[in-house]
Amino acid sequence: MEQAAPIISFKGVNKVYSNGTVGLKDISFDIPRGQFLVVVGLSGAGKSTLLRTINRMHEITSGEITVENESISDYKGKALRLLRRKIGMIFQGFNLINRSSVEKNVLSGRVSYYPTWKTILGLFSKADKEKAVHSLERVNLAEKLYTRADELSGGQQQRVAIARTLMQDPKIILADEPVASLDPLTTKTVMDTLKRLNQEDGITVIVNLHSVALAREYADRIVGLRAGQLVYDQPIANVTVEDLDQIYQAEGEKA
Amino acid sequence: MSTPTIPRRSWAQRYHVKGIGWTVLLLFLLVGSAQMTGVNVGMFFSNLGQFTNLLVRMSNPAWDYTTVIIQPLLETIQMAVLGTTIGAAFAIPFAVLSASNLIHNRWLRGLTRLFLDLVRTLPDLLLAAIFVAIFGIGSTAGVITLAIFSFGMVSKLFYEVIETIDMGPLEALESVGATKITIIWYAVLPQILNQFISYFLYTLEINVRASTVLGYLGAGGIGVFLQRSLNEFNYNQTAVIILATLVVVLVIDGVSNHLRRVLL
Repeated sequence: MEQAAPIISFKGVNKVYSNGTVGLKDISFDIPRGQFLVVVGLSGAGKSTLLRTINRMHEITSGEITVENESISDYKGKALRLLRRKIGMIFQGFNLINRSSVEKNVLSGRVSYYPTWKTILGLFSKADKEKAVHSLERVNLAEKLYTRADELSGGQQQRVAIARTLMQDPKIILADEPVASLDPLTTKTVMDTLKRLNQEDGITVIVNLHSVALAREYADRIVGLRAGQLVYDQPIANVTVEDLDQIYQAEGEKA
Repeated sequence: MSTPTIPRRSWAQRYHVKGIGWTVLLLFLLVGSAQMTGVNVGMFFSNLGQFTNLLVRMSNPAWDYTTVIIQPLLETIQMAVLGTTIGAAFAIPFAVLSASNLIHNRWLRGLTRLFLDLVRTLPDLLLAAIFVAIFGIGSTAGVITLAIFSFGMVSKLFYEVIETIDMGPLEALESVGATKITIIWYAVLPQILNQFISYFLYTLEINVRASTVLGYLGAGGIGVFLQRSLNEFNYNQTAVIILATLVVVLVIDGVSNHLRRVLL
């Protein structure tokens, strides 16, 4: 079977929190470029931790993670910021700056392309301001440019967050429970948007999801975590409902 | 249908032992400290007559004195505005360095807070006395005193505000690859600006009142006139000064309320 070169690679990754809790346990797998990967598992299984190790928002205890064939463990300062620049992130709580305009929120996705003093003075180039409008057009929210972020609905806020991520020109998008606080209809809009970016721009997308149905609908491949361990890894063609139920069985309920 | 079983409260819960205990202790401490420091509550009532006497003598304000005090009152306001602005400006970086959600280095944070505690320990009257000695009688000493006094107070209020912010936007900006300063500018500042302004105005109000007292030590402003009128037993003038200061405080209070409503 021919596979694209991996864009992200986990090699024997462990994460132990300072209080002794095991976050991740001996994780090894590759993510090919352009894949739509869905990570499933119970709350506390380590999904968020796994996602955040990729852009170093969480540190690992041992093992190695490579992004585009470079080990990311030793990145500091500027190198770390450049790593984060090519990895967009979407959050369950949207994490927009509520009191600021949609435009400012979207432009904030571009700050890593500017020196600090320019970001403070808000000296964004004309091209980037147009890019902000274009990003909003891609999530169908261009008319909200000057609206305050907290005046938008949840689904709209999440799409602004996606537009912010697009400003980074990301090669990877990490989405941590992006639809957990949305209703079914807006859930579909947000997931469709992510899928479109994956297919049109070839962005590698990694999504943590609670919902098995959504995972089956959108994923190219599903991996399952339980208690920090990789317990499941199959391309979507091989995924069965029974498999997924297995992952969601709590420790005590195991047959 | 069966009657629901109500969980039994313990004996201590049923008779509110804790609440009663604390109340008794507090009363005991109150009476104890009054006795130890020699506060004579009886004296307060027996000498109440002198107080009324004072009020009566102040009840006939010398309105023509108003024209005399407008200039020093303006000076007082200017001193307060300058002092508060300078103090608040310096307070911002120190507030950031003291906020536990922004600075994870315990030593740096501890050191900054210790310094702020030290600044707050210095009474404003002591500061005024020192700066009058250094800069001579006049409003320079007053402005510097107010700046340092506001700095100590505002920085504590500010870092407590910073510690209550939503950390989500900070996480987002960090994940974008922003520098620390950009993160603070984009994700922290918009969240705290309103409360900063509100506390700034509150400090300004306090400073207007404080600067009347500072005038006593020769630090400029209306206080000089307040002292003079009291020394000369011109209580009619004292009344005008107090009323004029009240007007200023009310105006600042009104402006501050209005701004808070507009900004929120």
